[in-house]
Amino acid sequence: MMNGSKNAVVIGGGVAGIQAALDLANMGIHVELIEKQSCIGGRMAQLDKTFPTLDCSICILAPKLSECYRHQNIKVNTLSEVVKIEGEPGNFKVDVLKKARYVKEDECINCGLCAEKCPTRVDDEFDRNLRKRKAIYMYYLQGVPAVMAIDPERCLYLTKGACRLCEKNCDRNAIDFDQKDEIVTIDDVGAIVVATGYDLFEDNYKLPRHGLGTYRNVVTGLEFERLLSASGPQGGHVRRLSDGKEPKKIAFLQCVGSRNVRNKDYCSAICCMYTTKQAMVVNEHDETIRSTVFYIDLRAGGKGFQKFLNRGGEDYDIRYIKSKIGEITVDENENPIITYENLENGEVKQEVFDMAVLSTCIVNSHGNLDLSKVLGLELNEYNFIKTRPFDALSTTREGIFTCGCAHEPMDIPRSVAEASGAAAKAAEVIKGES
Amino acid sequence: MMEQKDNDMEKKDENGAPRVGVFVCNCGSNIGGLIDCKALAEYSSKLPDVVHAEDNLYTCSETGLSRIKNAVKEYDLNRVIVASCTPRTHEPLFMETIAEAGLNPYLFNFVNIRDQCTWVHMKEPKAAFEKARDLITMGVAKSRLLKPLEKNVVQVNPVGMVIGGGVTGMTAALSLSRQGFKTYIIEKEPNLGGLVKNLYKLFPSDTDSNHILEKLKDEVLTNSNLEIITSATVQSINGFVGNYDVLINQEGKEIKLNVGTLIVAIGAKVFTPKGMYMYDGKKRITQLELERQLRKYVPQNHDFVMIQCVGSRNKERPYCSAVCCMTAIKNALIIKEENPDARVTILYRDLYTPGIEKEQYYRKARKKGIIFLRYTPDAPPEVSEDEVKVYSELVRDTISIKYDLLVLSTPMIANEDNTVLNKILKVPLEENGFFLEAHVKLRPVDFATDGIFVAGAAKWPADITESISQGYAAAARASTILSHGVLEVEGVTAEIPEEKRSMCTGCEVCLNTCPFGAITKDENDQVQVIKALCKGCGVCAAACVKEVMTLRHFTTEQIMAEIHAFGGEM
Repeated sequence: MMNGSKNAVVIGGGVAGIQAALDLANMGIHVELIEKQSCIGGRMAQLDKTFPTLDCSICILAPKLSECYRHQNIKVNTLSEVVKIEGEPGNFKVDVLKKARYVKEDECINCGLCAEKCPTRVDDEFDRNLRKRKAIYMYYLQGVPAVMAIDPERCLYLTKGACRLCEKNCDRNAIDFDQKDEIVTIDDVGAIVVATGYDLFEDNYKLPRHGLGTYRNVVTGLEFERLLSASGPQGGHVRRLSDGKEPKKIAFLQCVGSRNVRNKDYCSAICCMYTTKQAMVVNEHDETIRSTVFYIDLRAGGKGFQKFLNRGGEDYDIRYIKSKIGEITVDENENPIITYENLENGEVKQEVFDMAVLSTCIVNSHGNLDLSKVLGLELNEYNFIKTRPFDALSTTREGIFTCGCAHEPMDIPRSVAEASGAAAKAAEVIKGES
Repeated sequence: MMEQKDNDMEKKDENGAPRVGVFVCNCGSNIGGLIDCKALAEYSSKLPDVVHAEDNLYTCSETGLSRIKNAVKEYDLNRVIVASCTPRTHEPLFMETIAEAGLNPYLFNFVNIRDQCTWVHMKEPKAAFEKARDLITMGVAKSRLLKPLEKNVVQVNPVGMVIGGGVTGMTAALSLSRQGFKTYIIEKEPNLGGLVKNLYKLFPSDTDSNHILEKLKDEVLTNSNLEIITSATVQSINGFVGNYDVLINQEGKEIKLNVGTLIVAIGAKVFTPKGMYMYDGKKRITQLELERQLRKYVPQNHDFVMIQCVGSRNKERPYCSAVCCMTAIKNALIIKEENPDARVTILYRDLYTPGIEKEQYYRKARKKGIIFLRYTPDAPPEVSEDEVKVYSELVRDTISIKYDLLVLSTPMIANEDNTVLNKILKVPLEENGFFLEAHVKLRPVDFATDGIFVAGAAKWPADITESISQGYAAAARASTILSHGVLEVEGVTAEIPEEKRSMCTGCEVCLNTCPFGAITKDENDQVQVIKALCKGCGVCAAACVKEVMTLRHFTTEQIMAEIHAFGGEM
């Protein structure tokens, strides 16, 4: 092991944060990984398959989650947030707010009895509120650590002082209502990596012209991922949310909330690819499903991406229409009607579909606003972490690095490469001085 | 290289009678959606020596892994089988898991029922089920004969080598040296700088490429941990992770070096569109040629036309080169800046400006009056001596655009050196001739071979910012090896078991067939396997006429047991 005694702090336990943590840990550096949810995994855990290989997302992520959680050089802090830093580059002191889980990590075996007995049903944010979970819950089925957590804002006992059914039904006495939120200080921090990922347009803004939230058969890209997923709310058999019928004709709308001066004027970078993937996967579930993609430019610059799009058109009969969307309305059966201008011939048309999927824009993680103040970082005009010219991994503050969608929308391969890159930069600071 | 937290469970009886546990994974719906995993588990439980079988929604989840660990304890298992996705991604995880439960990791056996059953036989669920059942039967038969093995340990020489002295290579080498590792840069040309040497200003900040290059070169040349060997090529590489012997040829002089890791950063080149759109290198030039010209002066002509996707996104090169749209926009803006009356038209198919800065840059170009017209591959532009005819969707007619200079945006293509270096390194190329990484998503700068990495345009067209990020990424991956004094490597290697040694005739068939040079004869003329070099491919064992060469974990007895089990004998 290296002689440097400095630690690294990685903020964000998605695929980028995990990769950065693993690389640093495998260089012999102790890493404190800070994740605000009760499990690590981030957005990638929510995805069904991944382009361009159609690997099942959780299948390729799960080994990384386990490796990260078990690594002797990594301490995984869940339900945690960085609230203060002091010191200077190369020698920070980091205060972390660790929220109470109310479940003992080393006792819970994730048997699920407590959740069965819990009387409080809560919107499940992992499933984009498409189903309910209980107030005691696993963030997601394959979550790491595989330990339940209690949602303090919804738990009957913690809000109203009565219930404790989970505690009574836990054979292992793993429930602990005496746990308190606490501030933990991490000393001797040589470098920090910010890997806070992204939120989606619909988390912060409305889309009235697209009827999102009004029309039940209009869903977002991430909602559709959850519908496709075997562990999602429909068990992987996509059905319309209005009547439970199987859709046969699906519209995918690109650049929703992006490349548009009224909303975000940048490109969300991943939608052309994931839309093609979703259209392929849904067709593999049911060969009779036909998909139409309404796009402005098809962007497929990554490795194997263009070939993937070509396959979408040739082998899966996906119809790509260069177009601008006017609006979405619905007919009496809640079928979405898309009004669009075909940019190939200038015609304005209407077409009825069974379902519409909106590729909504990737926006900054809302946590960036507070975090940037805590860390003393600048944000760019869209509230992503600001980076330096020709150096996408360095923030505006020495000793603090970034990777992945924390600073710009990007796909998984680039996020993972950047995460390793940020680890190298952090290691330069930590090892460079020993 | 994973390190465990708790390895303190009691040691199991690994040599006693086999007690096999079988875990059948539904893999969400990947397997369970097509075939009945419960029935497979039920079937498995009746096979000889199987004392426990169950199915899991995801065996690889933390929950699934603790099921395995608990079952090892509860049923006193000494063999574990997981029937699931693919050993490529998941075998190490399950091996570590049984090690945590106190078993030798080589007492694990993987049965592939996703890739080899439910994925390839997606349309035939019955056949997929039967094949899965047969593979599990064979897996159990083999597992009964598994032997505990020890991993081999190798020393690591904490020295890095980067092949290629462009922006990517210099970045990687600098990062390694700043982390404290001595590092060599091997550059084919007399000077560092690579492809970027030929560029003018760089998007999106319009910085002069010289500025970036000179800054990097200064750092490289003054860093005492770095040694630069120019006008040099790699002749041969032998050895293994931690200990690669590299033979360098520097203008006829041979240099021998030993390094722990290698990073391939030899970049790419730019396609020359001979015979396309009347390309002549004068009035009709490539973007690269325009860059060279712009460094000297900005042409004061009036009409400029640029055509995108020249030689890319077609049958021969069915990929998007990712950097050409931005290059065209940048050069158009430079022309417009110095020559405001110029009319610059960019004919494109799909404009590639993903993310934030690039899309902003595109928006800026439109504001400055650059004209963007889309064409489709079925109606490509037609070029004559001084005009381009193209079908425009906007006016729904073919229009003529006069040009004084026609600029063709051609793709980055694989360096021809790739086909030499890939053989020396024994690493694969993808169908367009770029290097192929270990896993497109999760191991973007690794090769499947331990200790060798790849970054920048050598693996796929990349702009400078992305190449720099990848240079750092490769440095991090190399550092995960160089930071360790010793490494554990694969235990599945070939050997001549002592009891068979006397049957070896020394015929040398194994020596000659080994693709890794891992077999030699010692001073007593005895055949020996260098375990750190052996990759466990098994060619020697198959070739050995006396059947003495044995591949551990894939012995003749184990393979025959599988075949017999398939035929119903167990």
